Amino acid sequence: MNELKQLQRRMASAVMTPLTRNNGMKPRTAAGHSMRAEAQQFIKPNDRLSSFERLEIYNQQYWFRVLDAFADDFPGLRAIIGARKFEQLSLAYLTECPSRSYTLRNLGSRLLAWLRAHPEWIQPQERLAMDMVRLEWAHVEAFDVADEPVVGPEDLLEVTQATLFAIQPHIRLLQLAYPVDDLLIDVKEDSDQHSNAASNAGSYRRKPHPAVKKVEQLNPERIYVVVYRHQYSVWYRRLTPEAFRMLRSMQQGNQLSVALDYALRGSRLHESELAERVKEWFAEWSQMGWFCKTLDTMRLRVDDSSKRRQDKI
Amino acid sequence: MAANRFNAFTDYGIGIGLRVPHYQHILSQHPVVDWFEVISENYMVDGGRPLAVLDQILEQYRIVQHGVSMYFGSADRLNKEHLRRLKALTRRTKTPWLTDHLCWGSVDGRYTHDLLPMPYTWEAAKITAEKIRQVQDYLEIPVNVENVSSYAEFHISEMTEWQFLTEVVERADCGILLDVNNIYVSSMNHNFNPQEYVDFVPADRVAQIHIAGHSRFEKYLLDTHDHPVLDPVWDLYARAIQRCGPTATLLEWDDSIPSFEEVHAEALKANRFLSIVKSDGNTTPVCEGVR
Ligand SMILES: [Fe+2]
Repeated sequence: MNELKQLQRRMASAVMTPLTRNNGMKPRTAAGHSMRAEAQQFIKPNDRLSSFERLEIYNQQYWFRVLDAFADDFPGLRAIIGARKFEQLSLAYLTECPSRSYTLRNLGSRLLAWLRAHPEWIQPQERLAMDMVRLEWAHVEAFDVADEPVVGPEDLLEVTQATLFAIQPHIRLLQLAYPVDDLLIDVKEDSDQHSNAASNAGSYRRKPHPAVKKVEQLNPERIYVVVYRHQYSVWYRRLTPEAFRMLRSMQQGNQLSVALDYALRGSRLHESELAERVKEWFAEWSQMGWFCKTLDTMRLRVDDSSKRRQDKI
Repeated sequence: MAANRFNAFTDYGIGIGLRVPHYQHILSQHPVVDWFEVISENYMVDGGRPLAVLDQILEQYRIVQHGVSMYFGSADRLNKEHLRRLKALTRRTKTPWLTDHLCWGSVDGRYTHDLLPMPYTWEAAKITAEKIRQVQDYLEIPVNVENVSSYAEFHISEMTEWQFLTEVVERADCGILLDVNNIYVSSMNHNFNPQEYVDFVPADRVAQIHIAGHSRFEKYLLDTHDHPVLDPVWDLYARAIQRCGPTATLLEWDDSIPSFEEVHAEALKANRFLSIVKSDGNTTPVCEGVR
């Protein structure tokens, strides 16, 4: 290993060591050695700052930056568990899962998996918190994933039961137990108001958000939400179970007939009623630009031209 | 202007950093601005608002890309996905040149998202220059490296920062984005003469200059980009353009961002110094043409 890599490993390890409660650098390294002695080993002091103090500037900058970026992406989780616990959770998560991407946008990409392995951080609101994290990560992703060319009305004339519909990559389908969509909107509106009023509202921020209490007391139910991008903003919308299943099946690459079967499974809707609904959904979803042309759609053209059953819907 | 092969022989004038709080003003008022600098990573995405805004800006303005995470100085290999996305973006923006920092910030695939200082060693210069060459070859546009502000120095350093910068750019045969605010901040933190730095760098490789504000703490200066440019930094700027000729200049303002007009007016103060250099017949810019 070259000298450069050795130095960089050494410095990164110090810089990424969590700060003390007072936001200072820890007196001990992760291996239990004196951080002061460690800093002196590779950093020169000057007439104003010791080696430790110079290294501490980078240690602080690192944590302030990643904690800020992480908090920006998960205000809903913060509202549920409270700011103090959220800070501790962020520190633990980012220590175990430091960024592996050139962009801070991906900082939360491993949070869901990490929380599954460490549910103690979100107990006793585990289910509510997990729902919120799923929604917040879906929001991050929906914001800037690709737009595929939209399927226009003329393409829909060709639809048959064998049609494969590709769904825009920004569409995220979430089955939730709690109405975290409404809760997140409340939390964000509230924090906008507070920042507009330049209010510090310290005590309010330390505790879980007042709206959380109401949601916590609800019985878990089945809530179907689609997270999508429209005119460059991310939106949440509730779906009926049938519509949700239909979209999910199409997203998984199933033909229309398979998606219809799946949508109807366990539904109280009569088959004739469903046909009516499907028409409405398709009108709406195509108007929203949710269907897109991909290689699969091209493949479907080939399928269509073969002598398959051509049931128009 | 000091057009040279590192800025694709362009004459870009005075620009400012494109920042989200100014989007609406720029798109609705269409102010006259020589050029905008964009942070590449903000637009290395697949879709959505960032790219839509960028495309609108591109219809009316010239853009130069500035990166913050290539980490030429990291001992790690270059990140292929990063390069691929960066190249796609350069095709979109048609940036005539590209800049990133002479620093490191990741090791073993873990990113600090900071601009960490280099040890000024021959080994580090060689590794860094090799990576800059690889990037330049892959992107097929001139690459310029920017000196960073720093708060620490290493025992293993074998030369000054300005010697290191020069060694790297000559080995890599790349240009320099000279940040005179960073030179000033580092000079105060490490007790060196900033003028000596400016006088040493190969002027014929300077493609662009950064100016910015910083903050003074009790024991050190911090590069915060949240203030107007301070007088000692303007002095260094004047010295730099005296040596390099009138060079593409950009004001960075990243925090506590005031109105568009205020930021632009601050940047345009550079004209006071540029006009002197332009009108001074005795000053022959040393970075005209190819070295
Ligand atoms: Fe800069």
